[in-house]
Amino acid sequence: MKAGSTAVKPVGDAGSPVSPTGGRPDIEGVRRAAWRQRLSRLDTLVSPYVFVSPFFLLFVVVGMFPLAYTAWVSVHDWGLLAGRGDFAGADNYRRVLEDRYFWNALRNTISIFLLSSIPQVLIALGLAGLLDTQLRARGLWRMSVLLPFVVAPAAVALIFGNVFGDRYGLANEVVQAIGLDPIRWHVDTLASHLAIASMVNWRWTGYNALIFLAAMQAVPRDVYESAALDGAGRIRQFVSMTVPMIRPTVLFVVITSTIGGLQIFAEPRLFDTQGLGGSDRQYQTLTMYLWELGWRVRDLGMASAVAWLLFLIIIIFALVNLLVSRRAGTLRGQR
Amino acid sequence: MQTPNTRRVRLATSALLALTLATTAAACGGDDGDEGGTTADGKIKLTVATFNEFGYEELIEEYNAMQDEVVVEQKKAGTANEHQDNLYTKLAAGSGLSDIEAIEVDWWAALMEQSDAFVDLSDPEVESRWLDWKTEAATSPDGALIGYGTDIGPEGICYRSDLFKKAGLPTDREEVAQLFGTWDDYFETGRDFVEKVPDVAWYDASGATAQAMINQVEYSFEDEDNNVIAADNPEVKEVFDTVTAMAEEGLSTNLVQWSEDWTASFQDDGFATMACPGWMLGVIEGNAEGVKGWDIANVFPGGGGNWGGSYLTVPAQGDNVEEAKELAKWLTAPEQQIKAFQAKGTFPSQVDALDDPALTGTTSEFFNGAPTGEILAERAEAVPFIAHKGPKFADINTAFQQAIQRVDEGKESADEAWDSFLADVERLG
Repeated sequence: MKAGSTAVKPVGDAGSPVSPTGGRPDIEGVRRAAWRQRLSRLDTLVSPYVFVSPFFLLFVVVGMFPLAYTAWVSVHDWGLLAGRGDFAGADNYRRVLEDRYFWNALRNTISIFLLSSIPQVLIALGLAGLLDTQLRARGLWRMSVLLPFVVAPAAVALIFGNVFGDRYGLANEVVQAIGLDPIRWHVDTLASHLAIASMVNWRWTGYNALIFLAAMQAVPRDVYESAALDGAGRIRQFVSMTVPMIRPTVLFVVITSTIGGLQIFAEPRLFDTQGLGGSDRQYQTLTMYLWELGWRVRDLGMASAVAWLLFLIIIIFALVNLLVSRRAGTLRGQR
Repeated sequence: MQTPNTRRVRLATSALLALTLATTAAACGGDDGDEGGTTADGKIKLTVATFNEFGYEELIEEYNAMQDEVVVEQKKAGTANEHQDNLYTKLAAGSGLSDIEAIEVDWWAALMEQSDAFVDLSDPEVESRWLDWKTEAATSPDGALIGYGTDIGPEGICYRSDLFKKAGLPTDREEVAQLFGTWDDYFETGRDFVEKVPDVAWYDASGATAQAMINQVEYSFEDEDNNVIAADNPEVKEVFDTVTAMAEEGLSTNLVQWSEDWTASFQDDGFATMACPGWMLGVIEGNAEGVKGWDIANVFPGGGGNWGGSYLTVPAQGDNVEEAKELAKWLTAPEQQIKAFQAKGTFPSQVDALDDPALTGTTSEFFNGAPTGEILAERAEAVPFIAHKGPKFADINTAFQQAIQRVDEGKESADEAWDSFLADVERLG
């Protein structure tokens, strides 16, 4: 009772227009309320940003800083062991763009990227569709597709290196058993790209399949029931309903695999002994080229220029991807 | 009916999960060498980074047993290239190197430009421990001793006596030595061999033979003042022409040295001979495990030749530089190097080791009881000079090897490959 009355009192005071001296505390009270209101508005406005800021602060440290520092290195003469030399302007970029091995590496990167990413996304989609059905031992199947992902890339390269041996490899024994000529996996450009792409696919398909699976499980089941009533078969359901409904996830996977695909390094790097991507650099990728400049030629300036060019290329690819996927999505939606 | 089934599935699932976690843990557990500099029980931990086979396994155990202050661990890289990449990266980063780093003679010159990054190892105790040229090469312009010599690579010819027999060639190592006086003789015998045994090549890799020949050229890719002369040097062109011509005649396996196929060819009767520096004996013994018939002839085409050989250095960035220096001094002492030689064939660069009966009396059971110590000591005496290797040697050599490989693989004709080699040299500046 008492507590209630004391709590009411200031409100009464503030509301009373009679007291001539009570004006001051009144204004004080209004001000305080306004302040509190402003604070709470600020709270709803700012708090979310404060809560997400650790990520961005970390991103500035481990993402933006290296990016900026690489740009700084790329406009200088900079030896791996000798350190910073003179300001060089765009000279490093010019030298990279004039180097035929840069264009060679770009071609290889795009080829390996296409050979790996496209089958990878398609197979992952199909695999996820199969895993989304009422399988026995579902957990086992779902987890086993992730197994390749946890094996270290170096170990994968080692095993596949033996499988794809030109003369004594397992793959060629199979090829010869069918009666075909052995394939020169380390020599011929396309064969080497296929071998490397298969290593990449082996590692990433299961991972992408699980991401698709997670999205597919969010698709409401009753939609399928009505489709089944309308006479749509399993495949028809998958193509016309499941895939369009998980479009944002597909977009996400396409973009992440583009970013990853353009930076393929470990698999081709470990595919030969010199580390330069074959005798004719037939499978030297851009990251390997960057590494060659930085650590073999020991020119960090040029290597940094390549890093920035690669960054720009990835942005262009991601944008093109985004546009194409959007357009494909809307077309299907309209139909 | 349902319950046992579900339980079985769950069991399988958890087993798989356990396996998955184990694999991940194994994958993450690979790199543990860089922390601290002390072990859990307060001893100083020293790491020694080597490549291929240095023959240090038993020596390190011996050292660990000998004293209580220091625990030594070896980190072995599979190839010299891999080791070199690691070295450059960590040198540039200023941290992460082992307390002792082995350095191969081919890239020694490039690292000498960074001699500040290594501890001066000069010590009255080790004066005149090594052959003069070995020490000279490890001394920086301002007189600091950067590395302690480990081995040198005097070359003989290793051969498969069983395959020689098949081809009707002599099998006794004294008689075989008569066949290989010059490179021409060596290739001529090779032609004869591949005619009689068509499925077996004469030597292991074009690149390896080219490397052996380049090591016999005093100034191959760079002249005395380290100007690049690779493009105009007739001796380099001759090596290139010879090796590519021989490959065309079917003398080479056309495989790349150190590749998976190359390693596998030791088990598949891939070839009959190879250039054999001392340290190669350990490599052959490992790759050709179980294969009978290997032997070594006391001869090298065109006189003598030295291929490779290494030093131990102590990077200045280490935490326990003094202890590392002590260990390096101990490992490169003549007595220890002889043991390494007996284990893996790394031939000593130490003067006192060369006429030590423990060395000259060494025989190898794998190589048909050959007196490897005596043979390699004689091969070392036959080395007329040590080829000059400047800071660009390793880079140009890689381009040279790749050009030869392109011809081997049929990607380019010899002329095209030579032209692209010239372009590569130009690019390396």
